[in-house]
Amino acid sequence: MYLPHTEKDKEEMLKAIGVSSFEDLVKQIPSKFLNPEYNLPEGLDEVQAARHIQKLSEKNRKTLNFLGAGAYERYTPAAINALISRGEFLTAYTPYQAESSQGTLQTIYEYQSCMCALYGMDCSNASMYDGATSLAEAARAAVRITGKKKIIYSAAINPQYLKVMKTYFAQSEEYEFIACPLEDGKVTLASLDKVLDERAACFILQTPNFFGLIEDGEAIGKAVKEKGIIFIVSADPASLGMLKTPGEMGADFATGEGQSLGLPLSYGGPYLGIFTCAKPLVRQMPGRIVGMTTDKDGKRGFVLTLQAREQHIRRDKASSNICSNEALCALSATIYATLLGPSGLRELAEANAGAAAAAAEKLTEIPGIKKTFSGNFFNEFVITLPCDADMLREKILEKENIDIGLPLKTLFPEMGNALLVCATETKTEEDIDRLAKAVKENL
Amino acid sequence: MKPEELKYAKSHEWIKLGDEAVVGVSDYAQHEMGDVVFVELPKVGQKAEKEKQCAVVESVKSAFDILSPVSGTITAVNEAVAADPALLNQSPLDEGWLFKIKPENPADAETLLTWEQYQVFIKQA
Repeated sequence: MYLPHTEKDKEEMLKAIGVSSFEDLVKQIPSKFLNPEYNLPEGLDEVQAARHIQKLSEKNRKTLNFLGAGAYERYTPAAINALISRGEFLTAYTPYQAESSQGTLQTIYEYQSCMCALYGMDCSNASMYDGATSLAEAARAAVRITGKKKIIYSAAINPQYLKVMKTYFAQSEEYEFIACPLEDGKVTLASLDKVLDERAACFILQTPNFFGLIEDGEAIGKAVKEKGIIFIVSADPASLGMLKTPGEMGADFATGEGQSLGLPLSYGGPYLGIFTCAKPLVRQMPGRIVGMTTDKDGKRGFVLTLQAREQHIRRDKASSNICSNEALCALSATIYATLLGPSGLRELAEANAGAAAAAAEKLTEIPGIKKTFSGNFFNEFVITLPCDADMLREKILEKENIDIGLPLKTLFPEMGNALLVCATETKTEEDIDRLAKAVKENL
Repeated sequence: MKPEELKYAKSHEWIKLGDEAVVGVSDYAQHEMGDVVFVELPKVGQKAEKEKQCAVVESVKSAFDILSPVSGTITAVNEAVAADPALLNQSPLDEGWLFKIKPENPADAETLLTWEQYQVFIKQA
């Protein structure tokens, strides 16, 4: 390891920021996380390492998977990997001399254009880490704009997004998080009315929500905006070929998890954070933005724009401490969206809704199983089982190699034996029949 | 406005003191900032605190916090400079003013610099 700083450099830096030693600098990190014992085995040579990894990979099981809850199994067209594997895209690191990388900037500009069209919003940034961080950054922007400290959110947003968001605000106790209660799994105008007040910086809606239900975003948006509160919508981009866009709902900020646009599940990442906003708020948008302009000869060119509030210029007063983006994932999503086009994205959304509707119908035909909520859903839905959901899932996973969905008891203890089941366009009629048969026989 | 009639903060805002004081950015500061491209103003009725941020001026180089030279309540903001930020460069002491404020504590003005003191201050800087 090469460390460029001498002891003297380090001493001077510590003195400048007013801490006595390196240990003093990192003292807020719990000691168990500082230099923990790894107990690593001896190193392996290449042949041994290859054999070891091969053995590990054999533990992976290819299950028939009905899990969703924020990450969705999608078919990735072969063209995507062929294109993103080009060295210019795959190996290039952040272009520090951004404008000399016109190709990279153009792909980011195309990505931004796609996201604006898909979400019905005016502006998009160059992307963020994932759906959770995008949503958290939108809440932070709302707090910055309004100077208010109260964040109201639908109780049906992804619980992991909520956790990430609270982590972003964890440095200070002055922020208040209030959940808007649900009726039949959704936000209603009556439930909204109970929680909205003039101290609120924003209201956060997810649609389709965590239970897969499609919220009445337009009516909710109207009620939120009437009170002068910033309206943030988190939406699955794969649903937007068919459903109302956040722009149509009057969203000020719209975010989403871009994994849904053809990215592989990859055991949890890297994913893609979509972040869009209405034009008057563009200066509050975190991260990088690529703009299109003309050079002195009138030729088209791409530039990083609106950088004045970024970290490398404004230091601790920057809008956000994000200083990177998910360029390769964004490129992948862009190719996916453009390959499918508007009509393909509509077909994709319809195929998802169709598969989920068929799965819901088949499962609720089984005696003892009921749909938990009555509303319309997109590609996932909740059912209530007559038995323990975790136990049934384990049993079917062992016996049939089918993952029937996510039991909700851990995340929502009051929901008892509820199971969140997802069926995307990757599920055939035969797959759904196998699921229903397995559930029926093992109940 | 004549620069000699104004008071100055060390963070380069000028203020025309009075029951309704006017605040803007000094000619020296607008020159240092470069071309101003965006001005974010406070809201009328909002409380401002002495030496705390209450507006942001963004130039092609960076974004700058504008601190209120005195504590008080914002009574007016210059919509014209929000619509045409270049006014701040062209006419920092007149058309490029930022906001008006009703000062609540006369003692706040005591620490502000006179024109002469400000001239000495920027030469040292």
